Amino acid sequence: MALKKRIKVRVNGKEQEEEVVSRLLLVHFIREVLGLTGTHIGCDTSNCGACTIIYNGKNIKSCTMFAVQADGADILTIEGLAKDGQLHPIQQAFWDNHGLQCGFCTPGVILSSLALLQRNPHPTEGEIRYGISGNLCRCTGYQNIVKAIADAAEKMQG
Amino acid sequence: MIPRTFEALFANSIPDAIDFLQQHKGEAKILAGGHSLIPLMKLRLVSPAYVVDINNIPDLSYIKEENGHVLIGGLTRHVEVETSELLKMKLPILPETAFVIGDPQVRNLGTMAGVLAHADPSGDYGAVMLALEAEFTIVGPGGKRSIKATEFFVDLFTTKLEDDELLTEIRLPLQPPRSGGTYLKLERRVGDFAIVGVAAQLTLDDNNICKSVGIGLTAVGSTPLKAAMAEKALIGQELDDEHIKIAADKASTEASPTSDLRGSQEYKREMVRVFVKRALTKAKSNALGKGNE
Repeated sequence: MALKKRIKVRVNGKEQEEEVVSRLLLVHFIREVLGLTGTHIGCDTSNCGACTIIYNGKNIKSCTMFAVQADGADILTIEGLAKDGQLHPIQQAFWDNHGLQCGFCTPGVILSSLALLQRNPHPTEGEIRYGISGNLCRCTGYQNIVKAIADAAEKMQG
Repeated sequence: MIPRTFEALFANSIPDAIDFLQQHKGEAKILAGGHSLIPLMKLRLVSPAYVVDINNIPDLSYIKEENGHVLIGGLTRHVEVETSELLKMKLPILPETAFVIGDPQVRNLGTMAGVLAHADPSGDYGAVMLALEAEFTIVGPGGKRSIKATEFFVDLFTTKLEDDELLTEIRLPLQPPRSGGTYLKLERRVGDFAIVGVAAQLTLDDNNICKSVGIGLTAVGSTPLKAAMAEKALIGQELDDEHIKIAADKASTEASPTSDLRGSQEYKREMVRVFVKRALTKAKSNALGKGNE
């Protein structure tokens, strides 16, 4: 039985090639094989969104995909957002608006915000709330997260 | 949570997938969006020796119009249903349904055919398929066959699909003029499974008499349920408050919910009554072109 497979994945612009076992989840591949621990594991049941990444341009939960499926994929994790020591405008907006408390959900929320603003650059408050409905935050009550995303949307236009 | 060991097989065509399923009959599971299968594998409630990944099969993801039907491919994801301009125009009940499934991340991967084949009675599409009188195309070792949605669902997580068959296409009849539909879902919070869901699709004649109607119910039985008595009570009738109330009462007796953490049997039955009433009122208003009143 071929229980392993060699996969090539582009992660944050860098080609990665590794041999992985079939049952390895993509989130474990990202965290444990590649050492990118900004992608978190919260509920591990496809619910909380802490493991959200951008996969071929779409936000997905990396706890609900096998690494072997990602062969050939283009992946963006939170580590790939800042460029040349400059925070991405969404990251900056979360900083400016205090859009986090403990920070555990933040990488996932930021990547869902990015996916939202890419398909809808001028979201209403309701659209922002629906856009991050797959990401649970147990600290903030979402108020400042929503504010941060609205702020980022405005700054990314300007 | 880590699933048991398995071998991943990658199908590049429908015949490929069928070959794999046939070679490992009873030991293989199809992996499409993965949002039903992978959570079950992580909990080790399901531990297939082989997983047949169909995500690389080309031309299996589409939404198109053909010969009076809308055809939806077996790999079409919820996000595509949610955002399809064709569906918004021809069968708006479907984008409306896709929008209330899970959350954006789930909708980016989960597939419509996967939800139907998994046959969780809490899945939202089943009721809509019953209301729309959908047909499913199934491919197996013996070739292609077609089955009506009304005959497809057998029991909890059980359909007429054999172990070596693949649901490749969903066929939905286009609706005549003066038609309207809606899917209403009662949930504890956004993205949760339904406490109760109601799909209603109807067509009125020039005198506003109900010519045809389909009503499907989510999460109140071991399969999605068709409220056949409620439908019958409406055919040939004006959709006034009185007839809508009669239909809602009938639907609530046709439902067979069980008590669980989402509510008691009595509560769910009552919610079927309330939501059938609301769904019929909204579907009628949509049929009359009044939009979302």
